[in-house]
Amino acid sequence: MTTTEYDPNVVLSTKEYDVIGTRPLRPDGADKVTGRAQYGADFTATGLLHGKVLRSPHAHARIRSIDTSKAEAAPGVLAVVTNADLPKGGEDVVGGEGVAVGDLRRNVLAADKALYKGHAVAAVAAASPHDAEEALSLIEVDYEVLSPVLTVQEAMADGAPILHEDMRTMAGGEAGDEPSNVAEHFRHDLGDVEKGFAESDIVIEREFDTATVHQGYIEPQVATALWNTDGRVHVWCSTQGSFWVRDEVSNVLGIPESLIKVTPMEIGGGFGGKIPSYVEPVCAMLSQKTGQPVKIVMTRQEVFEGTGPTPGSNVRVKVGADAQGNIKAAHAYLAYEAGAFKGSPVAAGSQCVFAAYAAPNQAIDGYDVVVNKPKTQAYRAPGATNAAFAMETVVSEIAEKLGIDPVDIRLKNAAREGTRRADGPTFPRIGCEEVLQAMRDHPHYSAPLEGPNRGRGISIGYWFNVGFKSTCTISVNHDGAVSLIEGSTDIGGSRASVAMQAAEVLGIRAEDVRPTVADTDSVGYTDVTGGSRVAYATGWAAHDAAQDVKRQMIERASQIWDIDAASIEMEKGVIRSTTDSELRMTFKELAAELASTGGTIIGSGSIDGGGMGAGGGSFAGNIVDVEVDPDTGKVTVLRFTCVQDAGKAIHPSYVEGQMQGGSVQGIGWGLNEEYFMRGNGEMANSSLLDYRMPTSLDLPMIDTVIVEVPSPSHPFGVRGVGEANIVPPPAAIAHAIHNATGVWMEKLPMNPGAVMEAVWSK
Amino acid sequence: MPAKTYVQTTINGEHVDFLCEPRQSLLECLRDVIGLTGSKEGCNDGNCGACTVVLDGRIVTSCLVLGVEVEGREITTIEGVACGSTLHPVQTAFLENAALQCGICTPGFIVASKVLLEQNPDPTEHEIRFWLANNLCRCTGYDKIVRAVQDAAVKMREAEV
Repeated sequence: MTTTEYDPNVVLSTKEYDVIGTRPLRPDGADKVTGRAQYGADFTATGLLHGKVLRSPHAHARIRSIDTSKAEAAPGVLAVVTNADLPKGGEDVVGGEGVAVGDLRRNVLAADKALYKGHAVAAVAAASPHDAEEALSLIEVDYEVLSPVLTVQEAMADGAPILHEDMRTMAGGEAGDEPSNVAEHFRHDLGDVEKGFAESDIVIEREFDTATVHQGYIEPQVATALWNTDGRVHVWCSTQGSFWVRDEVSNVLGIPESLIKVTPMEIGGGFGGKIPSYVEPVCAMLSQKTGQPVKIVMTRQEVFEGTGPTPGSNVRVKVGADAQGNIKAAHAYLAYEAGAFKGSPVAAGSQCVFAAYAAPNQAIDGYDVVVNKPKTQAYRAPGATNAAFAMETVVSEIAEKLGIDPVDIRLKNAAREGTRRADGPTFPRIGCEEVLQAMRDHPHYSAPLEGPNRGRGISIGYWFNVGFKSTCTISVNHDGAVSLIEGSTDIGGSRASVAMQAAEVLGIRAEDVRPTVADTDSVGYTDVTGGSRVAYATGWAAHDAAQDVKRQMIERASQIWDIDAASIEMEKGVIRSTTDSELRMTFKELAAELASTGGTIIGSGSIDGGGMGAGGGSFAGNIVDVEVDPDTGKVTVLRFTCVQDAGKAIHPSYVEGQMQGGSVQGIGWGLNEEYFMRGNGEMANSSLLDYRMPTSLDLPMIDTVIVEVPSPSHPFGVRGVGEANIVPPPAAIAHAIHNATGVWMEKLPMNPGAVMEAVWSK
Repeated sequence: MPAKTYVQTTINGEHVDFLCEPRQSLLECLRDVIGLTGSKEGCNDGNCGACTVVLDGRIVTSCLVLGVEVEGREITTIEGVACGSTLHPVQTAFLENAALQCGICTPGFIVASKVLLEQNPDPTEHEIRFWLANNLCRCTGYDKIVRAVQDAAVKMREAEV
């Protein structure tokens, strides 16, 4: 479709501003379209050495010994490190990121056991990457190969091989008696779920399995570190959070964070996968041994096999409703892969599974299960997509069985302000109903869908978003432009959305705010670019910094005019006396006076935007049309619409970009992507040819509707938009496949084989 | 270390000579030997397209070409797409259509799109999607990239008239 009779990208704006809501060019754009932008792999330094990492060929093995002597003697090699080179102690300390130091260290370099194929075992620094790579084959590792467990079902079975002998299942604050692969079992209850099912006219229960999938950023992990002669460590890397890297390097290496400086380079995608550190501390160790800066760039295979995917899962959902479609009870069982170390996103999945529904009786059981795969990491609304695939499918089935429109049944049960979730929180103002209404009103929903083997599906998804801490400083230049310093690495255009919030407060053009993402020595502590938090929390810090500038500008004007500051106002970039109309200066005119009237003005903002659920979170919904090839089972997406509540869209183009990108990742998750594991725990498809992410040819345009239900906590009503959009697609596609074929899909990915299997077993 | 080969080539209209090992890819030579880091490595096996360059008029993934193979040939990289301080219409269209997020795939997409529009000034949406199917983008879902190429095509055709 090249011409459309409707607007493919709609903003349902509820409040207009001068700068916010416009679409200026991004401040880092010129560098990024000319190849000048400096990403992690582009960094170089005098005397640079190159590191390579030796990785376990076994998914589960005891490491009896490692002999590095031959590698150390190889041409060009300057150092080799293993886990034995790491400090000991403090292993049980849990860092700010919620990971025990011991697990961090054992993931960075395996200790007594290799826990997944691709687990780092040793690393070499050499004059060239080729020398380093050749030396890896000279490292002799004596492995005792053990049986791996690759799914939650295998890991939870009686007599399963145990990954960690000291792991006991934590449940209700109590540790179990026996070694187990289940790190934790928790339960959330609301009302009386059994009573709710007894009152229901219809009860549907289904079991779902979803495959392990990868974030799939195009830039592999990369870091360079210099352990200088003064004991200070400088790291240049591609990360979603330079301060979190600083903390992790500090914890892994056992040195104070004040000795570490992290410079975030431009980052080539992350989606949650570039929150943790992998090669950063290893580079530092190699640099300490050699006295030279050491750089490690991962290969694509290392990215697949050695960095966090997001979990495969086994999910059961049971929902009961009365004949009118009112949901009376809902029970979810969620077992998620944590990978080699505890800490899957099952807690987040269980917070989201029923979030779109005001069901009076709920029970949610969550299991965090270790398996012989890389430690799972966040991936865009981590845990929520798995859960929504199950819940949304069951709700669509109930709607169909009761003869109720699938959007109407969701509206009938929609969560709203005051709805309490089973996991505790009560929603502030949220946009669940508004998103559903926008879906129902969209021309796509009522458009005819003709032709055989075609179906339309819908679904809704939630992500709670996080607040966390951000800082920002703004200094006023003599020409009236301002320099803005922030600590949030910019993955998707956030420099623009942060700068625009400052411009709005100051009443100047977006182009007159020059944002810079600074290193950890140059800006205050700022949490990760994740949790949909940058436009929200760093934007908020920029708002506060701009307010600070505004206050000081008014003070300066009061000094210049020799009148009371209370009688001066600053609006739309003009400073004026409220009592004397002669006294008036533009922001630019006053900026020019600063140097001669006391010096430059610098404003700062430092905020804690709250924890999980800050601002109420965001809902996203999809309408999707598919065609299923009856001979092969291949599913083609014909038309796709994403609706999301942005609270307030700062730069609508980049909000649409988040919605479109998240939707397509959800389509890939739904239709193609999976870690295809051999029985020995080896990933059979660890390349971008065989791990099939969507290409431009697989997709239609992704239409968008931005809904704006302002967040009650943010100065401009912003809700983060980075994540909720990945949640609904697999369920919406499954619903569409059902309407095309009559089968309900219970497995991800819904690739041709899975669809044919479902059709044949109908 | 294997003996190095002396290679003479033309890059972005300039004569360039360099020494490279037989095992070094063109991508490695561009980035690490010559210092043109605009071409990116996403996979090193020809599947992501982030290292796309033009070699004698055809787009190639430079990770699958050896440095020694470019003797006497002509290469255009992302650094050669703009004309001095004037952006190519494809670059302007990517900026104006917000067709990049993280930007790591952008050089490859711009180089590939430029060659598409040189060969086919009025491509259909399907032709754009087909041509760009060897370039992976994980951020945008391709919508704004396709629209940027459509926009650039219109602007380039208008400039021709």
